Amino acid sequence: MIRVQQEDFDVGVEIAALKGSRTDIGAIVSFIGAVRDQMGAIEELTLEHYPGMTEAELAKIEQEAKARWPLQASLIVHRYGRLLPGDNIVLVLTASEHRDAAFEAARFLMDYLKTSAPFWKKESGKGGSRWVEAAARDDAARARWSRPKPAAE
Amino acid sequence: MRLLYFAWVKEKVGKASEDIVLPPEIATVGELIAWLKTRGPEFANAFAREEVIRAAIDHSHVRRDAHIGGAHEIAFFPPVTGG
Repeated sequence: MIRVQQEDFDVGVEIAALKGSRTDIGAIVSFIGAVRDQMGAIEELTLEHYPGMTEAELAKIEQEAKARWPLQASLIVHRYGRLLPGDNIVLVLTASEHRDAAFEAARFLMDYLKTSAPFWKKESGKGGSRWVEAAARDDAARARWSRPKPAAE
Repeated sequence: MRLLYFAWVKEKVGKASEDIVLPPEIATVGELIAWLKTRGPEFANAFAREEVIRAAIDHSHVRRDAHIGGAHEIAFFPPVTGG
């Protein structure tokens, strides 16, 4: 499941909803991304996104995770609009029988989301406002998940 | 065809979207960018660092050689910074 919303989310409520009445889930991993104040430099963060494409990309990323790992359930919630330091930005939940799949899939979802979901952050503080630049380390984090090429025979 | 702009591309162009009829000789995203840059100083400025700008056709990321025939919506934006 994916959701794009302005409102905050409650991790406990989301995990309970993900589990429902299921008793076959053995491992649930949650990742939460939050706004950092960067030593007081950031007073506000505005997240812009591309309605329509955002949902399409998040759904694509979730499908890819389900194809790679035996996930029993997953959830991506991403916020947009004006946020303050300490506010939640993104939630990823993954559920599987065993922890390895849940841990790896959660990391994969975040690495892919950061490089392909159409969100843009604008930071504001005493020094004015500026668009956040994409980090090369995010591209490197995504590249890690590239499928290995088949060995030459 | 509808063109959309996001983040600093939108700010530099001065609008979020526009409906436009493109010259028929424009076949690819790369050619569209080259043409947009000739539309005025705000476009020349927005696409000055065109190598960093990403494009999407009908909600899918595309490269410069993607064909725009049949597209309903083409978007231009900086590298994404969500998460």
